This record gives sequence, structure tokens and C-alpha cells, in this order.
Amino acid sequence: MNITLNGTAHAVDDGASVTTLVSQVTGRNLAPNGQAADGQKLGVAVARNSEVVPRSQWFVTALAEGDDVELVTAVQGG
Amino acid sequence: MAGTTVAGAAGTAQQAADPFIVDGVALGSRLITGTGGAPSLDGLGAALIASGTELTTVAMRRYSPAETGSLFQLLVDHNIRVLPNTAGCFTARDAVMTAELAREALETDWVKLEVIADEHTLLPDAVELVDATEQLVNRGFKVFAYTNDDPVLALRLENLGATAVMPLGSPIGTGLGILNPHNIELIVSRASVPVVLDAGIGTASDAALAMELGCDAVLLATAVTRAQNPAMMGEAFKHAVIAGRLARAAGRIPRREHALASSAMEGRAEFL
Repeated sequence: MNITLNGTAHAVDDGASVTTLVSQVTGRNLAPNGQAADGQKLGVAVARNSEVVPRSQWFVTALAEGDDVELVTAVQGG
Repeated sequence: MAGTTVAGAAGTAQQAADPFIVDGVALGSRLITGTGGAPSLDGLGAALIASGTELTTVAMRRYSPAETGSLFQLLVDHNIRVLPNTAGCFTARDAVMTAELAREALETDWVKLEVIADEHTLLPDAVELVDATEQLVNRGFKVFAYTNDDPVLALRLENLGATAVMPLGSPIGTGLGILNPHNIELIVSRASVPVVLDAGIGTASDAALAMELGCDAVLLATAVTRAQNPAMMGEAFKHAVIAGRLARAAGRIPRREHALASSAMEGRAEFL
């Protein structure tokens, strides 16, 4: 199915969860609690259709066709 | 001190004796740095270490797989606390959303609230700032409010529950220093939360002045990251903040109209 990720079209498998998407994009393995499996900080957050999805909910949140997802992280700034 | 934790190990003995306490956390340095404008992560890391900072701002932006190295990881590695900002937000709605994302991503409820009016001045939009402060405090955030050098607005933000108020010295990135020292002194004299001079700092003497005016800390980014030698400038600011703080505590002499000799006139030799 097709979603929008950070403003551009993005294809994910049907039934993919937020965890699947974050793992795919960041290349990190995630535990079901939304933390990185390697124990390091992940440092990203997800908004789906303008609602923040807490990382504890990533695993149980299924993406739907047409979802608008923002995946953000810390960058240099004031 | 009860209920406080000591953050970071970078503080010198001088700094440790006089911690900057905010939201119950004791920081060893009164210099808060931003990370914007640095050409490379390596150079930024060196400048941050030289500055002795224990709290550093970051912005929240779209994740890009192409980015090499993680700023967040750099800060974690150096034991520097992270203060996410809402830079680039023009409305309370955007600022609240950005703060929520930052809290999720970085696992901190501290936020530097920045709601600007337009890109030309980058000055805070007072109406949106007040609205966003109220919303964020209600959502459990610790709000470090970037504000105009307006004593009335600063007090309003404090009354709404801001954890710290951060008046600007002059517009962001200008390096014009503190344009209205009188207002900064007024803000300090009425505040019961920490006052952090934020924005407009150009060089070390500006930071020293902020501390002499009674500010609890200084926040700056461009002055270090865009200096010709960022690490050296970082170190300069480290000393400036300490010097200004000491001068404030020591009590300066009053200004006077006419000269006052420091050598006694009595007992001079006489030449015939």
C-alpha cells in the first residue's frame, strides 16, 4: 500500500505497523516497546495524520492506505 | 541540595561550587549552547567540549537516511543534556506538535519554546507564545520560553508556569549583543524563575554583561558555531560566563561623574 512519508510517496507492505516502517527507514531493529533492540537511543518520533504516535504504540499501530506519516529526529539548531 | 541531580562531569571545581539549578537539576555550567550553524559534527563536538556546556539545544526535523552521524548520539556520548527547540514554528499549534514529537524522540519534557512572528526578524510572536506556553505547561512540559526583552511578557510567561524565561539580547543571529540592558535587569529583578539571556550574543563580553545584569545563564549558538575558531570561542564564552557571574556576586563599584584617586594624597614627597 502507499503512504506519504515526510512529504513524499512511500510504499509499505499491507498490514505494516509503525514499527515496521521506522525499522525499515532507520535500518535499526526495534523491540516491541519501540526502543532500539541494540539498547542505544533511537532518537526519532512519529506523527501519523497529525497525531503523535507514542513509541509504546508503534507495534500495535497498523498503517493504512493514504496515511500521512512524519518521521523526525534531532538535528543541529539554535 | 535535596532533590537535585548533578548532570555531566565536565564542570570545573569553580563551576561545581555554583551550579545552575533549573527544574531541580543542577548543571555545572551556566552556558547553554545551540548547535545551529556548525559546518561539521566533529567541529561542533570540539566546540561544545571547549565551552564546558552541559545543556545544548537541538531542532526537530524530518529524518533523512542520508545524514551521516547522529547529533543526538554525539550529545549522549559527551553526557550533554538535550534541550529540543521549536525553531521554525509560527503558531502555537505547530509549536505544541513539535514539542510533543521532541518529547517522544528524545525522552525529555524540557522544551525551548520558540514561536516566531516572521522570518525577517525572527522575533517572538507574543500572542502565540503565551498560548503555546499555557498549552505546553498543561501537557506537563517544562517550558523554557524564548521571549522578547519585555518585562511584562516575561512575568506573564512565568505566571503561566514557564520553567525559565529567556529574553533576547537582540534578534537571533545578529551578534548585536544586549540592546536593552535596562529591560534585562528589570526582568531579572522581578523573576522568580531562572532568566536565561538568549539570542543576539556576538562575543564573550556580551555574555559577561548578561551575567553581570543578573541573568542565571546564557544561551548562544551562532557566536560559537560561526566564529572563525569555534572551539576557541567556546572556551572564551566558558570564561566570560564565569567572570560575569563572579562580578555580579562581587558587587561592582558605583558609577561616578568625576575621578576618584585610589592613591592617598597624604605623605607625598615634596620637591622644592
